[in-house]
Amino acid sequence: MYLTPEESEILSGENGEGARIAMELLVAVGEGFEAQRMIPISRSHAASSGQEGDLFFVEMLAKGGAHCKIPTTTNPVVNFEYFEKIMDITEEEAEASVARKVKYYYEQIGAVMSQSCIPYLAENIPQYGEHVAFSESSATPYVNSVIGAFTNRESIQTALAAGIIGKTPEFGLHFPENRKGTVLVKVETEMKSSYDYSLLGQYVGKKVVNGIPVFEGILKRPTIDQYVNLCAMMNVTGAIPMFHIPGFTVEAKTTFEAFDGNSPIDKITVTRQELKETEDELQTTNGDVELIMLGCPHYNLDQLGDVAKLLRGKRIRSDITFWINTSATTKIMAERAGYLKILDEAGTRVITDTCIDMFCFNNLRGKTGMTDSPKCAYYRRFGNVRVGSLEECVAAAIEKV
Amino acid sequence: MSNKTLGCHRIVKGYGEGEALVSNDAICFYLTDPKTGVVRERGHSLEGKSITGKVLVFSTGKASSAVQMDGLRKLMLNNALPAAMIVTNPELVLVSAAAILKIPLVDKLDQDPFGAIHSGDFVNVDATNATVTVKDGK
Repeated sequence: MYLTPEESEILSGENGEGARIAMELLVAVGEGFEAQRMIPISRSHAASSGQEGDLFFVEMLAKGGAHCKIPTTTNPVVNFEYFEKIMDITEEEAEASVARKVKYYYEQIGAVMSQSCIPYLAENIPQYGEHVAFSESSATPYVNSVIGAFTNRESIQTALAAGIIGKTPEFGLHFPENRKGTVLVKVETEMKSSYDYSLLGQYVGKKVVNGIPVFEGILKRPTIDQYVNLCAMMNVTGAIPMFHIPGFTVEAKTTFEAFDGNSPIDKITVTRQELKETEDELQTTNGDVELIMLGCPHYNLDQLGDVAKLLRGKRIRSDITFWINTSATTKIMAERAGYLKILDEAGTRVITDTCIDMFCFNNLRGKTGMTDSPKCAYYRRFGNVRVGSLEECVAAAIEKV
Repeated sequence: MSNKTLGCHRIVKGYGEGEALVSNDAICFYLTDPKTGVVRERGHSLEGKSITGKVLVFSTGKASSAVQMDGLRKLMLNNALPAAMIVTNPELVLVSAAAILKIPLVDKLDQDPFGAIHSGDFVNVDATNATVTVKDGK
């Protein structure tokens, strides 16, 4: 891989140990994928997990004096301020201390502490055609497909290193010719909700694993949260950096164009039957629930509005805790829109800056939970799980009149 | 007992050897037990088997951009990492974690690894020099 004199200097440690480590990773990955050179990028999203692997790398960068060169946002970890009030965090000290250090080191290196897993909707929005480095399951395919920015499916660490250096190795989806479809997905059922799109993503991720699916048969433009859920779930069961829905996503108007005139290497068909079977895969119970967990990925403003509509004038049963995870930015807007008041009055807990896969939910381990997110069901920290649409989650949680 | 040496493409340099564990399924290392390396993912072809110390032959990585690194780092803290990895379809998130944690990783073997290597064979992966040696376990 060719490096400019300036890049070689960074790699030899002349700009400090932190920058050297960042450059070393970018060069290693670039060489692994036979990149010829580095290219500048304008923004990055590091999907900070607040766990061991995350700490290992960001700590080395921070202690080595690295600092973000371009806007670099972060994922949710734990809202300590909130959870310290409602639980005894010392019982989870080992994991809590890792998460605390992670947040500290991200602040040290000058990351933008968005603590949102949907930063591409508010805090960090790339433009069409812009080269960026976005990690996070839903973020990579969303910015590639819905926006038309160029990013590979970055890890937290490569995105972070790219944020430090302001560059990324040029390979994969940074080249237009690699952004064409590989597998044709015929959707032969009406896609009605975000939950349907989650199940579609779960099925397609598992079937395609690696590749660029092209969806045919989706007749209505997906909503933003339908896209978000499709994107997230394809990167739980698979590793799907991009997709096309010709006519709706930005890089192909027709199926022919999506495949650049080539034949798909595979074709799959999805009917209601596949979605039903997919739903059953993660479900371990269909009985009573003790908690509801929404907001994986973080709910956006429209979704908070949807829950508020369903809960207006209703009460959550006193034996059920009803969690809704969202970003700080979204929560402010939900307050202004009047949604938050309705959600508070109904007895939900709207929390910001937090991921469902964190120690703060360890005390739910023995409990049965329900979620509209198969991703949450997959990574959950509670016991038995029911999966269902938002409407079904609400129905399971409200007081019977 | 027969020995064969195959060429390959180095992704992450280093040397590792051990018993082969072969799976056509994609792997998410977050869903392994960090202490024992036992695969916990329901329905995975390696469910219940330990990856620790093995030369892992598999198709590709999967799942979120965080979890491979977290999963492998936890295994490393417990000395429970695989010895080396051979993949058919390298994927950035997995490559990044292997590069940082220095786990030898190769692809593009001269032969299809799923035909050339079987679980239980003894395999040396010399990623630095781009060779893989397979000793038939049968």
